[in-house]
Amino acid sequence: MKILVTGASGLLAREVIRKLRATQHEIAGIDARPWPDAPAGVNVHVVDVRKRAAEDVFRRFRPNAVIHMATVTHLREKSAERYRINLGGTSAVFDHAEAHGAKHVIFVGRHTFYGAAPDSPLYHKEYEPPIGAHAFPELADLVAADLYACTALWRIPELKTCVLRVCYTLGPSRHGTLSAYLHPRRVPTVMGFDPLFQFMHEDDVAGAIVAALEKRLHGVYNVAGPPPLHLATLIRAVGHTPLRIPEPLLRFAFGRFGLPLLPPGAVTHLKYPVVIDATTFKLATGFQFRYDERQTIDSFRAAPDGK
Amino acid sequence: MLQETRARIDRLSLPWNAYGSDPYGICKNDLVWFFSAATFLYRDYFRVRAMGTEHVPSHGRAMLVGNHSGGIALDALIVVAAMFLEKDPPRLAQGMAEKFLANTPFASRLTSRLGHLTGLPEHVVQMLEDERLVLVFPEGARGTAKLFWDRDSLVQFGTGFMRLALQTQSPIIPFGFVGGGEAIPTIANSYKLGRLLGAPYVPFTPWIVPLPLPVRLDVHFGAPMTFEGSGNEDDATIEDKVEEVKRRIADLVAEGRRSLRGA
Repeated sequence: MKILVTGASGLLAREVIRKLRATQHEIAGIDARPWPDAPAGVNVHVVDVRKRAAEDVFRRFRPNAVIHMATVTHLREKSAERYRINLGGTSAVFDHAEAHGAKHVIFVGRHTFYGAAPDSPLYHKEYEPPIGAHAFPELADLVAADLYACTALWRIPELKTCVLRVCYTLGPSRHGTLSAYLHPRRVPTVMGFDPLFQFMHEDDVAGAIVAALEKRLHGVYNVAGPPPLHLATLIRAVGHTPLRIPEPLLRFAFGRFGLPLLPPGAVTHLKYPVVIDATTFKLATGFQFRYDERQTIDSFRAAPDGK
Repeated sequence: MLQETRARIDRLSLPWNAYGSDPYGICKNDLVWFFSAATFLYRDYFRVRAMGTEHVPSHGRAMLVGNHSGGIALDALIVVAAMFLEKDPPRLAQGMAEKFLANTPFASRLTSRLGHLTGLPEHVVQMLEDERLVLVFPEGARGTAKLFWDRDSLVQFGTGFMRLALQTQSPIIPFGFVGGGEAIPTIANSYKLGRLLGAPYVPFTPWIVPLPLPVRLDVHFGAPMTFEGSGNEDDATIEDKVEEVKRRIADLVAEGRRSLRGA
């Protein structure tokens, strides 16, 4: 099978590609960033997925399946640019996939789609709307991209569309939203709150994406691994200390005193849990995570720049 | 006592992970201090008598449904302690917390770590399907707001619990709680102050704050009630079933009141 991976130079996408190569698929990638030591036989085209050159890759390669991972999740990028990349890129991928004969598109989204709110269910199911998303407007582009991808389920009936909402990743790459948040020795939290955090080893996330491809999933699926842990437990388990700051001070302290620069909306995700129920995905694919919560945390701690 | 508490916690049939928490966020360490304090309150401070605990199944899904008694949810603490101390093996009753608690610093942390999730239908269904013991007060905040002279009355019951019990085919174990009104005799509620603090109301006792007196508390559990249906019945049908539960709870409250007078 010919598979095209967008955002191919990202660390998680590289893991997906390595796993796919082991199963004899023909793989190409698209990314604005180069991947100089890409595995032999994997042609990574250094183009922006929204540009005309990206469509030419679709035209020439004619993938059977597309794994769309070219979304920006870090908050360093300005909101307007994130909107252009995440929504414009997703729109372009579905347009090209439809125009050039792809049969299956997997959109890799985030579990933060559901948002965090004091009155939302602890375990979110796929049919729930993103009710809590309003509290974190900086993530609105990812929510919009997810909802746009979902429109392909009815808009392009001949295409199998799979929207994955994946929980936080953690692992030896020490890359990703949760890893960056856990990086400082004293990790800022909201005093009086200790939400559950759900995370999964990055190797398991890559395995889950491959499982979605192999099972030709069609629909929306939450993807998660071991049960969640309280934030304070997680911070201590990675060898760091929770720095409990009253909420009004925390909003002021972001970006100062050595604390990470986070948007005000991030506070809701430090107060209330965003936890997903991945039962449907497990039933559809038979997927089993290989790393439990302790092994996942240990792999993060033991990585080269671990403390 | 600490050792006994730890031993009983070890006998709870919960799927603990390597960090001593379960998928709902219940923490073993927090249960230890909570039940140590609750055991003192249950046995020595209030000298609670729990009757009919044999009606609560030792395993599997069930819904404990009872009346509120006292200006704060002291009744919930006592029923949770009764299930932990009187059942063998012990059971962890998981209450449905008022929504404002999830938004209140420290209370949010506490309720989550002790297994009391926000009172949402989704939580009740999931916990019952996980064969847990769920504690429900259908009177809601209206029930804890009862004044001293209305302490043994029952106010309007919500009907959601009945639909969820039918939907999940769960038995309802009714209970009547008495003595809470004497322990925390509410003489007035300030709804304005409550709004300011993000709570439904703030109760006042003759000594202003709702600190409980060391009076005897009784809780009477009745035989399980099972109902036929899917949970999709019309309101009138559901209300009839709710009324049946309410009558049974009123009987148990009256039984408790008689027993408390004779003590």
